[in-house]
Amino acid sequence: MASETVVIPPAELPEVELYHAKSWITKYVFSQDAKVIAIQYSGTAVLIGLVGLVLSWLMRLQLGFPETFSFIDESEYLQYVTLHGMIMVVYLLTALFLGGFGNYMIPLMVGARDMVFPYANMLSFWIYLLSVLILVASFFVPGGPTGAGWTLYPPQAITSGTPGSDGGIILMLVSLVFFIIGFTMGGLNYAVTVLQARARGMTLMMMPLTVWGIFVATILALFAFPALLVASIMMLFDRILDTSFFIPMIYEMGEVIPREGGSPVLFQHLFWFFGHPEVYIVALPAFGIVSDVISTHARKAIFGYRMMVWAIIAIGGLSFIVWAHHMYVSGMNPYFGFFFATTTLIIAIPTALKLYNWTLTLWKGNIHMTVPMLWCIAFIVTFLNGGVTGLFLGNVSVDVPLSDTMFVVAHFHMVMGVAPIFVIFAAIYHWFPLATGKMLNNAMGQFHFWVTFVGAYLIYFPMHYLGFVGVPRRYYEIGETTFVPPSAADLNAFITIMVLIVGFAQVVFIYNLLTSIFSGKKSEVNPWKATTLEWQTSEFPPGHGNFGDELPVVYRWAYEYGAPENVDDYVPQNIHPDKVARKPIAE
Amino acid sequence: MSILSQLREKPWPQSNGATVLKVGPSILRTPTEVGLLFFLASITGLFTLLLISYNGRILLGNDWVPVPDPAILWINTAILIFSSIAFHRARKHAQASKVIGIRKNLLVAGLLTFGFLSGQTIASLQLYELGYYVSNNPANAFFYLLTGIHALHLIGGLFVWMRTQYRVQLGVDLRKIKVSVELCAIYWHYLLVVWLIIFVLLLTT
Repeated sequence: MASETVVIPPAELPEVELYHAKSWITKYVFSQDAKVIAIQYSGTAVLIGLVGLVLSWLMRLQLGFPETFSFIDESEYLQYVTLHGMIMVVYLLTALFLGGFGNYMIPLMVGARDMVFPYANMLSFWIYLLSVLILVASFFVPGGPTGAGWTLYPPQAITSGTPGSDGGIILMLVSLVFFIIGFTMGGLNYAVTVLQARARGMTLMMMPLTVWGIFVATILALFAFPALLVASIMMLFDRILDTSFFIPMIYEMGEVIPREGGSPVLFQHLFWFFGHPEVYIVALPAFGIVSDVISTHARKAIFGYRMMVWAIIAIGGLSFIVWAHHMYVSGMNPYFGFFFATTTLIIAIPTALKLYNWTLTLWKGNIHMTVPMLWCIAFIVTFLNGGVTGLFLGNVSVDVPLSDTMFVVAHFHMVMGVAPIFVIFAAIYHWFPLATGKMLNNAMGQFHFWVTFVGAYLIYFPMHYLGFVGVPRRYYEIGETTFVPPSAADLNAFITIMVLIVGFAQVVFIYNLLTSIFSGKKSEVNPWKATTLEWQTSEFPPGHGNFGDELPVVYRWAYEYGAPENVDDYVPQNIHPDKVARKPIAE
Repeated sequence: MSILSQLREKPWPQSNGATVLKVGPSILRTPTEVGLLFFLASITGLFTLLLISYNGRILLGNDWVPVPDPAILWINTAILIFSSIAFHRARKHAQASKVIGIRKNLLVAGLLTFGFLSGQTIASLQLYELGYYVSNNPANAFFYLLTGIHALHLIGGLFVWMRTQYRVQLGVDLRKIKVSVELCAIYWHYLLVVWLIIFVLLLTT
């Protein structure tokens, strides 16, 4: 074997001054430490996510057992639909993946002491919290929150007759504006920390895929959220100042409103120019995390690392030119639809490549069926299922009859609801010991996994069928129709029961989280024997400043598992090559 | 190393077992500069989408009645150009570490910005008095929206300007002052370009 040459390049920049908190308040409340901010972001996102979860239960109660619950009327049902969607997509998934995992993992994984702009990072969380509080406040204004659907399409979003068209829609839009401002402050941190604060030796291609996923997703968000910002501000003008950016000539309560010429389709373009990249803002961090967790728990290097990076970048780029596939039924030019159908199908190529690579990483790996690994395998299957129905809906001629049916609901829940949530669970089970120093209870973890995994399929597979037979989405009640068979009602009741069972499993999970923090089994250092830097800190769990006196130096990529020439089956990124125990070479 | 050759790097162990450590992040700029560039990229998206919506609304509706552009907009434009020039001079003085030069030019640049914002307010008030209310026509609404969002970005910049001016008055930490002046200058030049594009669009439609 050739002798190893190691040249440690000098640091190019002096270390960033680390902010040291002087009081309890600045340490734990108005904290500038990315790890504390990550916990704050995650806690807030999970709490508001639980609200979204309860809303979905209420919706399902109505759909499964219509005319049973007197406390759910038509308006309330629409409000549940709207707030459930908005909360889950923006306030839970985006905030948890970027604000939560981004803040926690980026500095630790790239070998930095903290984010590069800690003050802006702190503001980012507090503005996010403000946006959540504004959203919650909309439940308590006269008329309640908006019931316009999470896409907030005008003109109905702001005309009377739609629930929440008084104060609800205003608070919704204001909340989104604050969310975007807060996110931008955090997003600049994530992107610049990845580019400028990496440890010595950590070239771009040495970064773990988790960092790549979050990094590219952040860039997508920095470019996509302005579209939602523009749309929200213009709609606020329309609602408050009676302008007509999006409002065409329309009858409201039997009278022509004094506006004309506005274009609802313009709003749809703006919304989906944000909305489609948003899918990948949620999916790319999930892709990254899943790659690292699979590699660690299969004790095998990720298959095709470069392809994985390139695929992340390619998906990120393509995600900006597929948005109008959400608008096939808006009366667009067929050639326009053809273009977007083509780009939509092209995006399946890098995505499929990732699926193959995950599967090939498992192939002949030393697979440990730990709870994080179970979630990852469930993710691969679920993302594939959701992706395949996406190929159906990406084609104009198939999409048109399926538009606004339960098929679409089943598709996007599989692909960007269930699949990313599985990864969030994988990540929580994987990194919980790092954040708390305790292990989660395994039996409860297994129960949580199996009930959620099997339950999710029992919920969403029948929903595809409901869509096929023509059950529309967003309907309070189907009633009696000629085309929907009575069995659809039984299926709906079955789905609702499954929803409640899966909901119970989440209660077990929350219980597991809370009890494990206080009385869980103490975790050993680096319990999964991972190579990445977050497990190599001087303190465990990592303390303020992450890495003791000296920042780590990176000598290899993050996937040195099971190399035949090494004694140990893993070599962390920061171990000097001379200190790696090698097997004696056979003569 | 260019970004493309960085992305072609093979990070896995090579067949000869040699580990050659590469230089870490290639640092060409300070983190704050890179942060500003990302921010500018993001708000470029914002303004681009606004301008696309502007044109889209003209094409999609048939109710567009152009706004008469108040003459004061020309004066405002000149003021903003001078402000940008003053920032440029402050930046030159910062590079030469001349604190007095920074102080004078920075003050002028900030005051001119206040002048620009006042001028923009006057322009809006003039239109309002002439009866060009925001709800009457999309052209009016867009006039207030575009000038308003541009002004908000300048006001945000003024907070950074105030902090820099305060540091310059105290005369502490020349390194930080240099970075702040540099960033302010880039930001103001950028917003000048944005304003010129908006102004041309307002004049021609």
